[in-house]
Amino acid sequence: MELRFTKRNQTLIAHISGEIDHHTSGELRLKIDRALEQISGKNIIFCFREVTFMDSSGIGMMIGRYKQIQSLGGRVAIACASPKVADIIALSGLGRLLPDYDELKAALAYVEGREAE
Amino acid sequence: MRPENEARVFFTAVSENESFARLFAAGFFSQLDPTVSEITDIKTAVSEAVTNAIIHGYERREGMVELYCAYQERKVYIEVADQGRGIEDVAQAREPLYTSKPELERSGMGFTIMETFMENMRVESVVGEGTRVYMEKTLSEE
Repeated sequence: MELRFTKRNQTLIAHISGEIDHHTSGELRLKIDRALEQISGKNIIFCFREVTFMDSSGIGMMIGRYKQIQSLGGRVAIACASPKVADIIALSGLGRLLPDYDELKAALAYVEGREAE
Repeated sequence: MRPENEARVFFTAVSENESFARLFAAGFFSQLDPTVSEITDIKTAVSEAVTNAIIHGYERREGMVELYCAYQERKVYIEVADQGRGIEDVAQAREPLYTSKPELERSGMGFTIMETFMENMRVESVVGEGTRVYMEKTLSEE
């Protein structure tokens, strides 16, 4: 698993590549929390474009980040999930909390409150 | 009756071995030429069962996880077993979103994903002795 970050205004974009499981989700959690603090971020986008595998550990990790962001009054979204990852998200009901967009641009519009764009 | 092909592996209950377990199952069943979607279903179900054995079965204490893979024609059989603490209430553990470990940010979706991605799933568990999960799936014709 590899992780890099980009930032736009108060939004942290976590570009994850490789596999998300119980083993890698702990590291993801730590690094994302630290990066969010560093930029004083309010929103998170999980960019899944290069994710090759995810199990329910990824759901737990995203719910944890969602709860934090909620307390900051921000928003969380998912971008570019594969069909199988989208299935897992739908199954868990996570999509109601963290909408899943085909494009990063649309996810950004959502977290920044510009849905109508 | 023995299946036409089978493989069994035992490995230490550490999270590093979760990806090994997925690759073992994916490698073995690749002999059946499954679709990408089928192999992802199998990898995900194995990952969930093995993660449960590590986190809940052994609660990060020492132990070994057993992974058994077999097939007969297009029917795939998988078993994941631990000799850990066992599950007191299997019906509750199988409920979607139920987790005994919310503090670890577990989603409670493991058994639901196994049930959804495989065709049949059965859990045998004895408190103090361990848990064995049985899963089956019929692959599409080549």
